[in-house]
Amino acid sequence: MKDLSMHIMDIAQNSISAKATWIKIEIVENMDEDNYAIIIEDNGFGMSPKLVASVTDPYVTTRTTRKIGLGIPLLKQNAERTEGNFSISSEEGVGTKVIANFTLNHPDRPPIGDIAGTIVLLSAANPNVTIQYHHVTNTGEYTFDTAEITKTLDDISITEPSVIRFLKEMINENLNELKISR
Amino acid sequence: MGQVKSLADLRKIKENLQGKMGLREKSNNPESLVQIRVAMATCGIASGAKQVMDFFIEELDKRNIQAIVTQTGCMGYCFAEPTVEITLPGQASVVYGYVNTQKADEIIEKYIKNGELVEGIIPVNYETIEKK
Repeated sequence: MKDLSMHIMDIAQNSISAKATWIKIEIVENMDEDNYAIIIEDNGFGMSPKLVASVTDPYVTTRTTRKIGLGIPLLKQNAERTEGNFSISSEEGVGTKVIANFTLNHPDRPPIGDIAGTIVLLSAANPNVTIQYHHVTNTGEYTFDTAEITKTLDDISITEPSVIRFLKEMINENLNELKISR
Repeated sequence: MGQVKSLADLRKIKENLQGKMGLREKSNNPESLVQIRVAMATCGIASGAKQVMDFFIEELDKRNIQAIVTQTGCMGYCFAEPTVEITLPGQASVVYGYVNTQKADEIIEKYIKNGELVEGIIPVNYETIEKK
């Protein structure tokens, strides 16, 4: 994957396939420890202990159209390439949590990419899912919560193109204030 | 801090849109709108399906075509990603492969507007002997 926002889009899709109604995407940049953490948590139907143990194997997948599932193995590989680590935990009926730690300043760490576009696309394509995006840097933090957004929008749908355009700009401006690493 | 957009600005957009809503007939029936599903699994994302989806959302709005654009998981056509499934109201769905923004433009102009089939269809509807 070219950048980290694509991995996030990919893992969030797993949450949606697990019928999650709440997905939390958190990015924590820690300059002091040179760490870039991506945490994706959901309240989907979770995985059995056997599936969690084997899910990082590319030959393990829940989809029926193909026998290969590369989303998680690719993310794990990218994290480990930067001497980071990857972990996934899940409980059936509760949800799943994916944590990928990258070394912030490692030359092999992919750029974040268009994270604003990814978050907004996920929100607009799944208007019935609450998506919370939280980004922390040494400068501060920013939270984007679709529950707040839909409340502010009243009866206007989050799928309206002008709303989508606005939300992307809003997220990008706030992230620039945070001086996020690109 | 400069002029960073906030929820207050979003409220202004909402009021603006609410004014326009009265003029446009809001159809609550999804079957009467064009449905566009962009495959967004690992293979799709890696091949640029996000740009295609962004393009559809922007362009359909610009050309004033009412449609629902959503994302789906893997449709099985990983070799032909990005793939898009289009269902015109009342018709069987058609899957297009190798869709880039140029092809998406063609699909909007020819297929969605005029019902004219464009190159690049992946045959997905077939009947087996058992069904008959």
